Amino acid sequence: MTSSGYQPGKQNVRQAWLFALPALLGLLCFVLLPFVLSVIISFTNLRLGSPLPLEFMGFSQYQRIFTDQAFLAALRNNALFALIVVPLQTGLALLLALLINQPLHGMVFFRSLFFMPVVFPLSLVAVVWILVFAPGPQGLLNQVLETITLGSWQARDFLHDPAWALPAISLTSIWQGVGFQMVILLAALQGIPHELYEAARVDGADRWQQFICITLPQLRNAIIFVVLVTTILAFRLFDQVQIMTQGGPNHATTTVMYEAVNSAFGSQQVARAAAMTVVFFTIVLLITLLQRAVSRHERVIE
Amino acid sequence: MKGRQHIRKLSVYLLLTAFAFVFLVPVAMMLFGSFKPDDQVLAQAGRLGSLFPTEFSWLNYQDVFARVPFARYLFNSAFISLCIVAGGLLVNSLAAYAFARLQWPGRDWVFLVVVALMIIPLEAIAVPLFYEVTLLGWRDTYWVQIIPFIANAFSIYLFYSFFLGLPGELEEAARVDGAGPWRIFFRIVAPNAKPVFATVAILNFLTQWGALLWPLMVTHSEAVRPLPLGIATFYSLPPLQWGDIFAFGVMMVTPVLLVFVLFQRWFVQGVATTGVKG
Repeated sequence: MTSSGYQPGKQNVRQAWLFALPALLGLLCFVLLPFVLSVIISFTNLRLGSPLPLEFMGFSQYQRIFTDQAFLAALRNNALFALIVVPLQTGLALLLALLINQPLHGMVFFRSLFFMPVVFPLSLVAVVWILVFAPGPQGLLNQVLETITLGSWQARDFLHDPAWALPAISLTSIWQGVGFQMVILLAALQGIPHELYEAARVDGADRWQQFICITLPQLRNAIIFVVLVTTILAFRLFDQVQIMTQGGPNHATTTVMYEAVNSAFGSQQVARAAAMTVVFFTIVLLITLLQRAVSRHERVIE
Repeated sequence: MKGRQHIRKLSVYLLLTAFAFVFLVPVAMMLFGSFKPDDQVLAQAGRLGSLFPTEFSWLNYQDVFARVPFARYLFNSAFISLCIVAGGLLVNSLAAYAFARLQWPGRDWVFLVVVALMIIPLEAIAVPLFYEVTLLGWRDTYWVQIIPFIANAFSIYLFYSFFLGLPGELEEAARVDGAGPWRIFFRIVAPNAKPVFATVAILNFLTQWGALLWPLMVTHSEAVRPLPLGIATFYSLPPLQWGDIFAFGVMMVTPVLLVFVLFQRWFVQGVATTGVKG
């Protein structure tokens, strides 16, 4: 008898469906149906409260959003945000995990401390960091930078400066999220068999060689996972923008989700917003497939 | 050799302390700022030396209660999150058990669809979902913030992986004794699966407690709005008073921090298990 349980009798099949039904109904109504709807709606002219009859529009919503400067800026910003946040956050998470993994006292305290911002709602973190980025010499970050550069730093209004607004949001996001990645990498670090390091020491490998030849390859799957999750989160960016900059200055921090929400609610253009979310989903799907491909590649090598 | 080890140890602690500082300062700024007069918060924001208030005052906290229905936001957040977590634990674990242990035609195909649904984030379906709940007439209620989020593909997957790893002997013995699947699930499987219940509960709770996008889309009256929306509107409510905002923030995060401190091990383990399957 395997662990796979009951033989499919009529009675048992009905029982099994009863187990699965509530969740399946929920997923059907609130995930699958809206997903299919969003694709359908994106090919129409649907507007809330519009007197115009519903029409099939083909790809014209897509043509419109891909010629819209704000939406193109949003796509660029999401990509740029991912390019800043993914390497920095993953690198920092790895560094913190390596530090905490040392056999020293007090590491549980540091682990809790670095993880703490993860339990802070993003909306609250965004509000607090607005004050960190406060303009002029009053601002904490301006003050710190001035001290570090021995006074040669010119105080800026980070959140209203097109060049600095997105990096400022990135820093906020890293502060809030790095603990999550750190904990995942720490668990992976602790899963590496000790024998590997002992063998390397016998062979005379120094710490750096051990890191390159054992730690990194052993962490590979965990790092790929962390990179995937962080990249997808980067494309979901919304809360910080909504609170810190409202997409400004001059579209410098607008994102795909911010544009979609604005189209749907600012101007009731549901079809246009649906087209944007379909683009968003396509990006998420591509990233996920890429990750699968990279992971499979590794299995072939092993 | 001994000396080099000491230097190593010292540099690890120095680095950790430097990072600890970066993690603590914004939190300290919020906590201490909430006890300062409003105008001082901004004026002293740049000086770490004056981070600590010269005199403690509860005035900002009184202001929050006077300016917004804070208790209402708090209740709404707690009620909505707890309903989603409790409902989700039940519904998703039952479904996962059907996928992991029961035999029924079409099971593997349906499970494949559920796994595929995992990669659809809320953001990708928010607009049609909004349209759907508008047609249903659900907007501006508790239900619209709870019901769509109870069934969760990722939770099902976490439960499924855990159930697969449970040894089948106990269930087998119960079955021989004539117990049906319901009895087996509630008496034997669920009590042996506490870690995965804790993981799913914590991950869902964190997501829901911080939810901003969906409540922003579907609610407009304060009677049903949760805390994240509360702080977003409070922040945009003139006059901009940083002391009040920080008092709001401290009260908003204290319940979660308490839960975190009490169940720390579970939080960390819960997050760590999400990465194992990567």
